[in-house]
Amino acid sequence: MSDFEYAPAPESKAIANIKKDYGLYINGKFVASHNKKRFETINPANEEVLAKISLADEVDIDKAVKAARSAYVKVWSKLSGKERAKYLFRIARLLQERSREFAVVETLDNGKPIRETRDIDIPLSAAHFFYHAGWADKLEFAGFGEKPKAHGVVAQIIPWNFPLLMLAWKIAPALATGNTVVLKPAETTPLTALLFAEVCQQADLPPGVVNIITGDGSTGAALVKHPDIDKVAFTGSTEVGKLIARSLAVSNTPVTLELGGKGANIVFEDAPIDQAVEGIINGIFFNQGHVCCAGSRLLLQENIHDEFLNKLQKRMSKIRLGDPLDKNTDIGAINSAAQLAKIHELSSSGQAEGADIWSAPCQIPNKGFWFAPTIFKGVTQAHRIAREEIFGPVLSVLTFRTPQEAIEKANNTPFGLSAGIWTDKGSRILWAGNHLKAGVIWANTFNKFDPASPFGGYKESGWGREGGRHGLGAYLKGAK
Amino acid sequence: MSALNLIDGSETSLRRFLQTLPGVDQIGAQERAAMLGTRSIKTTSKKWAIDMAISMIDLTTLEGADTAGKIRSLCSKALRPDPQDASVPHVGAVCVYNDMVGIARKHLDSIGGQSIPVAAVATAFPSGRASRKVKLQDTKDAISLGATEIDMVIDRGAFLSGQLGEVFDEIRAIKEICSDKAHLKVILETGELVTLDNVRKASYLAMLAGADFIKTSTGKVTPAATAPVVLVMLEAVRDFFELSQIRIGVKPAGGIRTTKDAIKQLVLVKEIAGAEWLNPELFRIGASALLNDLLLQRMKLSTGRYSSANYVTVD
Repeated sequence: MSDFEYAPAPESKAIANIKKDYGLYINGKFVASHNKKRFETINPANEEVLAKISLADEVDIDKAVKAARSAYVKVWSKLSGKERAKYLFRIARLLQERSREFAVVETLDNGKPIRETRDIDIPLSAAHFFYHAGWADKLEFAGFGEKPKAHGVVAQIIPWNFPLLMLAWKIAPALATGNTVVLKPAETTPLTALLFAEVCQQADLPPGVVNIITGDGSTGAALVKHPDIDKVAFTGSTEVGKLIARSLAVSNTPVTLELGGKGANIVFEDAPIDQAVEGIINGIFFNQGHVCCAGSRLLLQENIHDEFLNKLQKRMSKIRLGDPLDKNTDIGAINSAAQLAKIHELSSSGQAEGADIWSAPCQIPNKGFWFAPTIFKGVTQAHRIAREEIFGPVLSVLTFRTPQEAIEKANNTPFGLSAGIWTDKGSRILWAGNHLKAGVIWANTFNKFDPASPFGGYKESGWGREGGRHGLGAYLKGAK
Repeated sequence: MSALNLIDGSETSLRRFLQTLPGVDQIGAQERAAMLGTRSIKTTSKKWAIDMAISMIDLTTLEGADTAGKIRSLCSKALRPDPQDASVPHVGAVCVYNDMVGIARKHLDSIGGQSIPVAAVATAFPSGRASRKVKLQDTKDAISLGATEIDMVIDRGAFLSGQLGEVFDEIRAIKEICSDKAHLKVILETGELVTLDNVRKASYLAMLAGADFIKTSTGKVTPAATAPVVLVMLEAVRDFFELSQIRIGVKPAGGIRTTKDAIKQLVLVKEIAGAEWLNPELFRIGASALLNDLLLQRMKLSTGRYSSANYVTVD
């Protein structure tokens, strides 16, 4: 009897209307960059060029900030919350209407599987606009004083791991609270932000309220330094976050930072094992592990170590790596050659330091950037792979003997973004939740996101919260 | 029955064993099942899955209004699901009430369907509310009339009131009657057990007592073969194999009506238990209306067009 192999089931590329080249979106129009410099964005799954993107410099940034300032002064700050909400609702609906198109473009540009863009990235992005649209006319009841006031012009810099979703996390609360925006998407994933610019046009959003400027690290650095920025919001690496904090310390500009993590997923002996295995898989292999809150450290109670790893490895062998547009793909391409090199470097360090590597048997495609789901057994707190963020599909397995030791090890990191607790014992969940130093703690689940739930980190994982009522505060003057 | 060396047969050892099973997180199980429900099965794999699903069907009629005529037409359909297309495989078995077994066996034999087994529901199906004596006799009757598969129900009342030894002993007694004459499928009636923890516990209990198959439902109670329930049962047979080196079959029954439903079941089998379970020896689907939908989808795949329901037989 033949095996039940899944035939290819690719989502059609035809719906993705990607232009050959894109300008900068400033003051409601796509315009050429001042220095005419361009860079290419590629599909990391096959290294084909998708489009040419403009590289913005100081002159372009100044233009964008001026457009945002003028839109703030003349239009946006004069609109009532109710009127602003109408635009946000409109954007949310347009995202839903064009969700398939967005999902395909996101998958092409980022390399993540279509199942995730279709079921998570795009619906959640729309949900963020719906949620914040609801807040726009209720800000005076949100506990930030009688007449909470917007900052003005906000500079936002987002990463490449969830391009549209991070845009939504940034733009939705900024607009709801009455700010105008200059946003820079990541160098390797600018396409859905540019598609979003089209949505802004379609929604008749007043020109200048949202400006999208594309570029590399130098563009981001210049944007943050612009003197007429009232607030900065950044999601990305801790390294760049520190640079931003340093450069803004001079002007005392308010800033929120959502940075790296090295989340501990703690599995106690009484955990629902099969669901915990699923949770660990989801925690580290969701989005190729390109997740700041990934559960990249598995802390396993020593007495279930062998049984659990046996199950985990069997489950990992069933992960389907391949064409991100195939609806049955579980794990797609690594976003860039640079990121792949970083994963390789840290993974080699794990081997050099004596940890025991195991990778799922996957067929790696010839072209593009790929890394098979991998675990390291026998990792200790002293290994680099237990301390540094790998930002890839690599799990470090550590053990503990008692609940106290689990907490101690989980907290023994410069980061503090997320943690997971797996146990059937309710009291243990509450106890561990009280002792873990992490911004988001999941119990018997992992990587669950909702616009109503604040997200952010302790320690080097960042400043401030995004989402929920807490997230609104970051975009209002004087509110913390 | 080497599985029995996991326990010594006493209620104490059974309890102790069942207590070592990890819990099932309901939300997690539902999510996993829902995710696997998004698998997109197209072209060649769909064709393979449709034929496999047909060969796994326990074509069933369990009505008070069943007659000899009804049973005969069911048997004809079981052997030749599509009279115009000989390439369609026959189904896995026909499943009927005890008093219809003889009629089914005789008719199958007379039309060339010797290789199709007759399954009988037994032990006071569907409620299981009868004395032990009646249940044993029920099973003996079915086997003497030619049933080579017995679909028994567990005593849910005993299970829910904690009399696990009672449930266990009853399965063993039925198994003894089946011995090498009939395959034993044990119906858990998961719709009455309600929690997934109970489903896992009852699955192990049945496997330890000697079940050849564990089956979700009678079809008379809803919900029946929901994806999370089948997922937990597939996990149970997978893990039981690790413990005992014995492969137990799984039979979802009730509520699987469309090709899409059936293919989702096969995806669960492949990704949870593994490809070893993807054959009629280890996976059956209890259904009646499902067969015609599979036939219509099969025609669609070969002709590119959907046929009306009049192109498949109503039996």
